[in-house]
Amino acid sequence: MTIRKMLLASVAIACAAMPVSAIADTADKKIALSNNYAGNSWRQAMLTSWEKVTGEAVKAGVVAAADPFTTAENQATEQAAQIQNMILQGYDAIVLNAASPTALNGAVKEACDAGITVVSFDGIVTEPCAWRIAVDFKEMGRSQVEYLSGKLPDGGNLLEIRGLAGVFVDDEISAGIHAGVAEFPQFKIVGSVHGDWAQDVAQKAVAGILPSLPEIAGVVTQGGDGYGAAQAIAATDRAMPVIVMGNREDELKWWKEQKDANGYETMSVSIAPGVSTLAFWVAQQILDGKDVKKDLVVPFLRIDQDNLEDNLANTQAGGVANVEYSQEDAIKVIEAAM
Amino acid sequence: MRLRLSSDAVRLVIPALSLTILLAAVFWLQPRAMSYFGLNLLLNLAVPIALATIAQMFVMAVNDLDLSIGAFVSFVACVTATFLRDAPLVGTLILVSAIGVYALVGVVIHLRNLPSIVVTLGMSFVWAGLAVLMLPAPGGQAPDWVRWLMTAKPPLMPMAIVASIIIAVVAHLIVMRSSLGVLIRGVGGNERSVERAGWSIVAARAAAYGLAGLFAVAAGIALVGLTTSADANIALRYTLLSIAGVILGGGEFTGGRVSPIGAVIGALTLTLAGSFLSFLRISPDWQIGAQGAILIIVLALRLLLNRVEKRGARP
Repeated sequence: MTIRKMLLASVAIACAAMPVSAIADTADKKIALSNNYAGNSWRQAMLTSWEKVTGEAVKAGVVAAADPFTTAENQATEQAAQIQNMILQGYDAIVLNAASPTALNGAVKEACDAGITVVSFDGIVTEPCAWRIAVDFKEMGRSQVEYLSGKLPDGGNLLEIRGLAGVFVDDEISAGIHAGVAEFPQFKIVGSVHGDWAQDVAQKAVAGILPSLPEIAGVVTQGGDGYGAAQAIAATDRAMPVIVMGNREDELKWWKEQKDANGYETMSVSIAPGVSTLAFWVAQQILDGKDVKKDLVVPFLRIDQDNLEDNLANTQAGGVANVEYSQEDAIKVIEAAM
Repeated sequence: MRLRLSSDAVRLVIPALSLTILLAAVFWLQPRAMSYFGLNLLLNLAVPIALATIAQMFVMAVNDLDLSIGAFVSFVACVTATFLRDAPLVGTLILVSAIGVYALVGVVIHLRNLPSIVVTLGMSFVWAGLAVLMLPAPGGQAPDWVRWLMTAKPPLMPMAIVASIIIAVVAHLIVMRSSLGVLIRGVGGNERSVERAGWSIVAARAAAYGLAGLFAVAAGIALVGLTTSADANIALRYTLLSIAGVILGGGEFTGGRVSPIGAVIGALTLTLAGSFLSFLRISPDWQIGAQGAILIIVLALRLLLNRVEKRGARP
């Protein structure tokens, strides 16, 4: 009897311990981050998030190591060599923000052939054996117009601020905005300028085009340009339109000031640099034997009227609003793609 | 007891020594690299760099400097990943005329007495522009034969080492053993006396630049064979890497003194230096500096040896 009880108890303990052992399956696995560039605030935040989240994961014994590597120069050939070195160093998975979508394919293929899991994010690679965590920039543009349609049911004129001409991201976000306008025909884009994702450029460009524009109900943006647009418009006697922000600290601060002063309402959307931690957890889940689709989509970090204060408080001066992802978040993203 | 080596051999001692030391250090840090598979991973990206270094060496042999190699190799990579695959005839034609343009640049530099740095810097924008025109977004695909060649697994030695040896031997035969090689080195060493001896300097310069174009084309093709597809900016780093490779390998900026075998060793050393620093876990902020430090140490050693060599010459 007692033996049977003991057996039962041990089975129960084993069952209770299941989730722990599921995590422990990757306890001896090593994950590396291959990063091609660290020269701006977004990338710095990305690396800080990586170190914070993976540091805890290593301490908790989820994985054995999670070492970040950044190439000294932002060059594809150098990053290819870096990836090949990682193969030699015996990593089980490589999380990758790539310098080029295609030029690393040979090195990525070598890694796959050596049985290494490769997860690319932000700067993704086209090699079919790798996983991709891509940003849906089109949806980012479209969602802005969708928000405005709820805020301004009667529609109106829109001013579009674009990014750096000729860059893929600029084309994608703009295409999304135009798709949004097609979906909500009460809006009309009456002007479009290039703000180069920089507040000072955006301010000059908007100030230049404003005199030729009719009344504007909203400004759709790409991030890093909302504050400059607000400054340019505030310098005139126009009513302040709804300017969609891009999660930069100066934009959120301006929004907060306006909100306190006159109840100004808008929203802010961009990609959180913490997406590196999402890629880390996805790699961990793949190593754990989970069946994960090759193409995943990063959720946006959207800030609304009610969570503005929290996000502003968590954003460093001159930085970008950030969010770090947990294992549960990664599982949710994986399951959403199934 | 005095051991006298020829000055060419002395020139090779330092590069060979630094490569051996680096290789030993890498093996010690990462024993996994000490295998057929490991050596290939460690060195296969050095093959296109070695070819580009040989190309640079030809230009440096005639006392010039080519700042367009990186852009040109990128351009060749774009041609290889697009035309050479889809329409091999057109692709070959483009590459052959590109080599022709290279030779022409040499002629123009000589006839108009222009500084090569300025002309090749200008050409680098031309090549970069053509590459972007050909491949506005990264993409394309390596022709199957190129991919096969670069991923071939010969017996005994990995492809990276076999290729390096072949490149070194071929370049050595051209530069050191053929009359054209002697002429090219002569132009770099003492243009006047070569001219007085009745040789055409224009032809020699054109040949040097043409050979540089030929090896740079090989570098681009080899690179695409490794990466499987191209990018208009794929090889921009090769300009400086190739110059550093030539110097590391015993070449000098004052023309005529070059060493093809040394240049290949120099390219391998540069590649290994990167891996070595990465295995050491040096922070990326320090890595460029550390790479520079390795270069300076090797060059300082060479200066020292040069002095010893000179002292030996004057008994």
